[in-house]
Amino acid sequence: MMNAISQPKIEVRGMDLAYGSFVVMRDLKFSVKQGEIMIIMGGSGCGKSTLLKHLIGLIDPVRGDILYDGVSFVNADLDKKQNTLRTFGVLYQAGALWSSMTLEENVALPLEEYTKLSSSEIREIVSFKLSLVGLKGFEAFYPSEISGGMRKRAGLARAMALDPEILFFDEPSAGLDPISSRRLDDLILQLRDSLGSTVVVVTHELASIFAIGDNSIFLDGESRTMTAMGNPNELFKNPPNENIRYFLSRGEKAN
Amino acid sequence: MDSQEQIKLIESVREGNTLTLRLSGDWSLRESKPEFNTIKDTFPEGKSIQGIKFDVSQLVTWESGLLTFLLKVIDYGKERGLEVYVDSLPDNMQRLLRLSQEVPEKEDVGKRNEEHGFLPRLGKWGISIYDGGVDFTRFFGEVFLSVLKLLSGRYHMRWGDFFVIIQETGAKALPIVSLIALLIGLIVAFLGSVTLARFGAEIYVSYLVAYGILREMGAIMTGVIVAGRTGAAFAAQIGTMKVTEEIDALKTMGISPVDFIVMPRMLALIIMMPLLVLYADLIGIIGGLLVSTLLLDFSVYQFLEGMNEAVALPDFYIGLFKGTIFGILIAISGCLRGMQCGNSADAVGLAATSAVVTGITLIIFANAVIDWIAAIHGI
Repeated sequence: MMNAISQPKIEVRGMDLAYGSFVVMRDLKFSVKQGEIMIIMGGSGCGKSTLLKHLIGLIDPVRGDILYDGVSFVNADLDKKQNTLRTFGVLYQAGALWSSMTLEENVALPLEEYTKLSSSEIREIVSFKLSLVGLKGFEAFYPSEISGGMRKRAGLARAMALDPEILFFDEPSAGLDPISSRRLDDLILQLRDSLGSTVVVVTHELASIFAIGDNSIFLDGESRTMTAMGNPNELFKNPPNENIRYFLSRGEKAN
Repeated sequence: MDSQEQIKLIESVREGNTLTLRLSGDWSLRESKPEFNTIKDTFPEGKSIQGIKFDVSQLVTWESGLLTFLLKVIDYGKERGLEVYVDSLPDNMQRLLRLSQEVPEKEDVGKRNEEHGFLPRLGKWGISIYDGGVDFTRFFGEVFLSVLKLLSGRYHMRWGDFFVIIQETGAKALPIVSLIALLIGLIVAFLGSVTLARFGAEIYVSYLVAYGILREMGAIMTGVIVAGRTGAAFAAQIGTMKVTEEIDALKTMGISPVDFIVMPRMLALIIMMPLLVLYADLIGIIGGLLVSTLLLDFSVYQFLEGMNEAVALPDFYIGLFKGTIFGILIAISGCLRGMQCGNSADAVGLAATSAVVTGITLIIFANAVIDWIAAIHGI
């Protein structure tokens, strides 16, 4: 948090995303400030989730670099990469809880791996994290025994286990009813405000985009690059191009 | 499809420069429909016609089949530069046709133009073999690094998980191992008694049982059972974890999937396989003993005495050693196939299948190599 103003928390430089020879996105450039909620938006299949997978190190970019706190992530060696990864919390689309473990064990695993806390301290932290997402009392449940929305929230509790500096969300509202989706948005805002985490959200839910986004980038599936950047509400008022206006207005025709 | 029916469904009438296709009857999906190619041949050739019209006044029912037929007519018209008038079609039909043509085919999605000839397939096969080799090497390297970590004491074992796997792969395999080992013991003894009887040497049945079970069959049969039971389970578990992004979740938490998933499984098999082989040896010999005493009228003492002469401790150790090696091979093939698994239910099934195939192949191969080395050194 030292370089809160001068240095961006995340910086993406001239990055190309590709699967084999099939280029998904070209020339991505953006930066995310400390404590900011950055939305990655775009139509289905345009490469939003692929970009996220690059940001969290699951795929290496074919070109370009990602810098966290000014340090290259792509070119870091394995140990440095692991250390950077430990400052992340990732909420996957379907929660991706480890199905052979209870919710308590799921949330406890990162704490057991990376802290020297005693097991009773860990248990306290786990039940605190579960209570933050409204799942207190579900410690002994297995992921298969709870609903999709609860699984997502449990996934969030696990993502927050180590008080991450950056939280990544992959389509947080997909598959949730409007009210749960709204609650999750509120939760994201509260976490940012209270923990000061930087948040990156991949989504195409317009309601969430306008409600929580401080900043956003728009990935355009047709031109295969990002065509807009800025606060989503501003982008809605002054759309820089036709595609983003079309997207943010839910396909309204220009009048 | 008989031609009478075709005539019922479609009729082409020429009026001056335009051709009218008169569609009639039942064009539902269940009925057979005329091929466009055969109808096309009845069209007048040359430049004499300039447009195609439709007459649907006699049409009773229609479904997607009619629409695909109409699309073919429209394509044919475009190809020949003919005007195709769709305005005489009912509104809903026109709307569907327009909808299907609205979004142009995406051309650079990179899937369409796959070659199907011999050379492209050979090339793809070669590339997939190469990729498989790279995968295997990388996986083996990661496992090796984890083993080094273990040896240097930096590996942190999750004992809870480990004992669950021990129970799953060891204790729960006992019933099936008992059954198969007993039957193998019986079979070896039978086989021995039938062939040895021709030389009047039934007394050597115990030699055969002891030598065969301890050195070969005990380890191989246990290996095959465990490959089918546990190897497949490993591949399916890990494959499913890949599909549900659980493996990704481990990676982004900075936890190596090899440390977390592969190592406990491999260590569990390294410990349990020799124990299972020991157990299978015992049960197999009991099977042979049953045949010798109940059918061949030897005494238990005679059988044990024969065994004592036939085998020495090294034979027994070789069986256990094989068991340990097989355990490593089963764990590696199961976990590797799971890690290579694609992103679908199909892929999980394939991963389980190929884990068993790889596991059994490696076991048989390793068995041959160990026997060969043992023979060279006279063990």
